[in-house]
Amino acid sequence: MSDLNQLYSEVIMEHYENSPHRRELKDATHKERGHNPLCGDDITIYLKMNGDIIEDASFTGHGCAISQASTSMMIDLIKGKDKKEALRLVQEFIDMIHKKDVNLDELGDAQVLHGVSDFPARVKCALLAWKTLQEIL
Amino acid sequence: MKYVDVEKIKKDFPILNVKPHGKKLIYLDNAATTQKPISVIKAMDRYYEELNANVYRSPHYLSALSTQAYEEARERVKKFINAKTEESIIFTRNTTESINFIAYTWGMKYINEGDEIILTIAEHHSNILPWQMVAEAKKAKLKYVYLDDDFRLSMKDFKEKMSDKVKLIAIQHMSNVLGIINPVEEITHIAHKYGAKVLIDGAQSVPHMPVDVQKIDCDFFAFSGHKMLGPMGIGVLYIKEDLLKEVPPFLRGGEMIDEVYEDYSTFAPSPLKFEAGTPNIEGAYVLISAIDYIEKIGLTNIYKHEGELLEYGLQKMKELDFVKLYGPKDAKERGGLISFNVEGVHPHDVATILDEEGIAVRSGHHCCQPLMRYLGVPATVRASFYLYNDFEDIDALVEGLKKVRKWFK
Repeated sequence: MSDLNQLYSEVIMEHYENSPHRRELKDATHKERGHNPLCGDDITIYLKMNGDIIEDASFTGHGCAISQASTSMMIDLIKGKDKKEALRLVQEFIDMIHKKDVNLDELGDAQVLHGVSDFPARVKCALLAWKTLQEIL
Repeated sequence: MKYVDVEKIKKDFPILNVKPHGKKLIYLDNAATTQKPISVIKAMDRYYEELNANVYRSPHYLSALSTQAYEEARERVKKFINAKTEESIIFTRNTTESINFIAYTWGMKYINEGDEIILTIAEHHSNILPWQMVAEAKKAKLKYVYLDDDFRLSMKDFKEKMSDKVKLIAIQHMSNVLGIINPVEEITHIAHKYGAKVLIDGAQSVPHMPVDVQKIDCDFFAFSGHKMLGPMGIGVLYIKEDLLKEVPPFLRGGEMIDEVYEDYSTFAPSPLKFEAGTPNIEGAYVLISAIDYIEKIGLTNIYKHEGELLEYGLQKMKELDFVKLYGPKDAKERGGLISFNVEGVHPHDVATILDEEGIAVRSGHHCCQPLMRYLGVPATVRASFYLYNDFEDIDALVEGLKKVRKWFK
């Protein structure tokens, strides 16, 4: 598989083009914007928290395929989880992008983004949503 | 390719042999920085092997050499942009520093409450932020001139915004996004009638076309060495001779003084007054080699060569129905760069896929966020040309874009 195949795999393209999480959450308890001024990626993450549980989550915004797919995959992963578990998974993802040894299976679809670690210019795109979620939680 | 011998020129640039991802390098990011010919690279070595010493102060052999080299560089730059005197040529780090220099010195002294500063919507951030600072500090007003239907600067809008309140027009000579070349002579002529000064950001013009600061009649002109085959960290600020006394020193310290007492000092005449501390002597020396190289080819030839590339590129890219182009349709109105977007694909993704083909382009807002907002896009892709590019490079770009289309159907 070529590097680009890893970067623009079917799973990533599917999340980019048809994310089920791309919507505004009217009854959100948390709303946070994340943007990368150098490449124009700009997302807003919405969370509906019930105590420590992330009951619902969604995002809006625009940007490159990597940033948008990564956001969608993150929401897939953390929906229904509690705060502590979500933060642990976020750290796992960040570690994966930084080429550390992690349990890939725990990351669901998001594990396909491990190829991004070979594209230094794209690391920021992949991490945007995850860093933004860290800010919220 | 009748204006320059690209095949021969390519051999002078060792970096063109680098193989990104195993592919031939197609370097189309010249508006960001240019590559360096072997003569410039060798000059860097020669400086440290043969003449390194601090300038002006020491009476020894090497210092005499480095001082001579530094002053020769000034003389060379003076001729290159046809300034009247060497005193008008100040060495800085880059265009950004040159513009900030004038904002912090002349701007902070002579722009006052109620005064106006005119910019254009296509300015680079480095010709916006310093003036925002002055406007905020002095309660002055910023006014932007917008574009016409064909992306050119609207002279109608400019004339309407001119008044006696305007103290400064800060304008780019050539846009790093749209490639438009602004009618700076006409603008300066109008500005002076109102008593306003004109600062020109020449970062994108000086490397690509003959520039004559006396003909333009501007008051300040800024450009960088690294965008014209020279090293990074050397820039030029031109100050018209009758303003040299009016402009206060920027940084204060060693070398820029006449006499220093415990509680006050007097300053040396220009250019030393404006060059506190040890300057980038190496950079100035190596810049001579870059100017040598450019003048050997000839700026008119370079301009015409890029014009051919632009015309060919625009033609080829118009044939791709999934590509949207920004900038005037007529190649004659602009310099050698093309900003575009691929329908439905973010510029960053376009650049990554092109990179896999060995093609280096820039993607993003190009440090022109107000312009991006004005155009209604978050970012664009930019392919910018120089003397070592040829039609084959553009063909490669077009093929690369077809691959982008395949990935993002």
